[in-house]
Amino acid sequence: MSDLSVLYDAPGPRARRRNVLIATLFVILLAAGAWWLYGTLDDNGELDARKWDPFVTDSRVWTTYLLPGLQATLTAAALAMVIALPLGAILGIGRLSDHWWISKPVGAIVEFFRAIPVLLLMLFANEAYAMWTDVDRSDRPMYAVVTGLVLYNASVLAEVVKAGILSLPKGQRDAAQAIGMRKSQMMTFVLLPQAVTVMLPAIVSQLVVIVKDTALGGALLGYSELMRSVGLVSANYGNVIASFVVVAVIFIVVNFLITSFASWLEGKLRRGKRSTGVTVTVDPGAQVGGVGGGMAVAAPPSGDGEKA
Amino acid sequence: MKLRKASALAASVLALSLTATACGSSDDDNGGSGDGGGGKITVGIKFDQPGLGLKTPDGTFAGFDVDVATYIAGELGYTPENINFVESPSPERENLLKRGDVDFIVATYSITDTRKQEVDFAGPYFVAHQDLLIRADEDVTSEDDINNLTLCSVAGSTPAQRIKDEIAPDAGLFEQATYSECLAGLENGQVDAITTDDVILAGYAAQDQHQGKFKLAGLNLSDEFYGIGVQKGSDLRADINTAIQKMIDDGEWDAAIEKNVGPSGYAAEGAPEITETN
Amino acid sequence: MFEFLDLERYDLFGAFWVTVQLTFYSAVGSLIWGTILAGMRVSPVPIMRAFGTAYVHIFRNTPLTLIILACSQGLYFTLNFDMGAGKDLEALGFRLAVLGFVAYTATFVCEAVRSGINTVPVGQAEAARALGLNFFQVLRLIVLPQAYRSVVAPLANVLIALTKNTTIASAIGVAEASALMKAMIENEAQLIPIAAIFALGFIILTLPMGLFLGWVSKRVAVKR
Repeated sequence: MSDLSVLYDAPGPRARRRNVLIATLFVILLAAGAWWLYGTLDDNGELDARKWDPFVTDSRVWTTYLLPGLQATLTAAALAMVIALPLGAILGIGRLSDHWWISKPVGAIVEFFRAIPVLLLMLFANEAYAMWTDVDRSDRPMYAVVTGLVLYNASVLAEVVKAGILSLPKGQRDAAQAIGMRKSQMMTFVLLPQAVTVMLPAIVSQLVVIVKDTALGGALLGYSELMRSVGLVSANYGNVIASFVVVAVIFIVVNFLITSFASWLEGKLRRGKRSTGVTVTVDPGAQVGGVGGGMAVAAPPSGDGEKA
Repeated sequence: MKLRKASALAASVLALSLTATACGSSDDDNGGSGDGGGGKITVGIKFDQPGLGLKTPDGTFAGFDVDVATYIAGELGYTPENINFVESPSPERENLLKRGDVDFIVATYSITDTRKQEVDFAGPYFVAHQDLLIRADEDVTSEDDINNLTLCSVAGSTPAQRIKDEIAPDAGLFEQATYSECLAGLENGQVDAITTDDVILAGYAAQDQHQGKFKLAGLNLSDEFYGIGVQKGSDLRADINTAIQKMIDDGEWDAAIEKNVGPSGYAAEGAPEITETN
Repeated sequence: MFEFLDLERYDLFGAFWVTVQLTFYSAVGSLIWGTILAGMRVSPVPIMRAFGTAYVHIFRNTPLTLIILACSQGLYFTLNFDMGAGKDLEALGFRLAVLGFVAYTATFVCEAVRSGINTVPVGQAEAARALGLNFFQVLRLIVLPQAYRSVVAPLANVLIALTKNTTIASAIGVAEASALMKAMIENEAQLIPIAAIFALGFIILTLPMGLFLGWVSKRVAVKR
């Protein structure tokens, strides 16, 4: 049901009038809310030029706090993605293994790391690196942040991959077996490539979660990521709200770029494919075991060009 | 075909992230604990505490704690260029010292018995008192008045716990992640006062953009002896104590106070007696 | 190693109880608001679809910490919006936090419900329309009941994530588990053992939740 217009009839003249009316009321409501917001902010002096000027006039705000913070956030996020994706795929395949001595332990690992708050994972990782490795002190917070993110998100991605593989039509498996593929060949050449395509929206949701979760490393581990710079900027300029808004906008833009890129990629992958009849819309519910322990969503609709 | 595309993508992401790390770690230093090893010393401070330890827009550090740290490092034989300041968030302070990540910590670090079981302290180099920061046109004269106020402090901090448990259990207490966030509430009238150590409050009141807006109530609600944290059993302690005493004796200490929190009108009492010697 | 754990002084169970309450109210709220958002995103009115889409994109892409702080900094400190709690600060913090969690988690519920709607065969909606049901009736009577049953598992994951996310409420002073953890670390100077205790607490909370809802999802799944 990816074409959602099946939910309602094509609007006739009366329905169209009613829609216009609802739309108008809705816009008025939104505008009133926005006006109230603006008025109160203004009354409280939050829109004072003094609080916003630094972001425009003082380039040091960007060079000292925001840009290094953004770089730290992107570094940790990129590393975590690059490690967590393959690891998640391996764990996901492991959970589907025919051998109980593979699938059970892998299942336990996945459940365990999904259950612990990421911040605590980062703390433990930091301590572990300090105790058992000689990672340089100045690099350690980043290692800890990346490790925490990888452990958690790989577990979630494992569930996504598992769900993706399970959602493929049985015929794919049967056909692969019929032409004499071994299990590993079937997985690498037939099932996994399709599963990744099918689950791309869910995977992307998880990547967005990774970017946002780097913020957890800031306050406690002293990893100077983007969120941390809110504290530093506002300590200098006394403009908490303005700094929050600026940082929020940066996060939204970065994540929007990621999701847009992903939906472009998804479109490309889909177009190149003779339809196998597989989309995420097949039946995420029954099988999407664990999409987004982090917050991700199971399988948003595929074909509608939404940035899921 | 699809696989090839995917692996090309993976490769480019990997390359990107590797370059990013390379840039990220270029500000490395020799790190580690060794005193004098490599001619650098690592000092833990706060990065977001105006007047005490603040990372300024030019990337340098300013504040009373920073001045004390710089002076001590100078006495230990390190020029300012050879001091490596790192951020020491409150919950991490003991671990930073235990692991030897920093040589010493100057970060509004109150000397307490439980902490002394984990680390050693030199000093104290400052006595702070818990106090209230209020709007300049208001007054809070006695401790009893606090029960009628709405306060703001940092969640889980000692001052916040003390207000709840001892001083004013009836007062409204708003707990935020940082004092900067409390300031917005004080400015807009939702909270009547911010409570923590007076010197921290003075640091905010002394900032240019807050001058004339806030003042300290002047209630001495507690005594906080700020010490300089060192690793347990560290032989740095004796040298640091000597350095603190010298800083007090030659007037640098008073100058540092005046420079960093003076504009708030906060009159610090004299330097404390050094007690953490054995 | 754990001799600092003085349950007289630190109300461990009370703190986790607050976590449970935060999770419960936020979950109920997100389910409702998320469903409404999903309804907007599939509704016949273009402006509502646009609003739903914009809302999901903005709130899902913002770190939760920022949203929670926006609730206290923005709504209360700046806009002076007290959620009907008056001067009862504990209730105020709690409600602001729930509001923030609902605003954020609803985007994930919305996306889950929307994919649930996608699993319902087109024929169901067509048949309903042929019977003369209007948009709300189609959604309420035919599509949503089937959609929910197919997204129990994804919603369970959203719930687990929400449980862990409640730790962020300590940033605005709600006395839940991680706030107690901060106070304990401040007083006892024992970061790692204390963190271990709280990690265990969260495992005890979320593991059964995941297993139970996993079982439920298998039971109620629509067989097609």
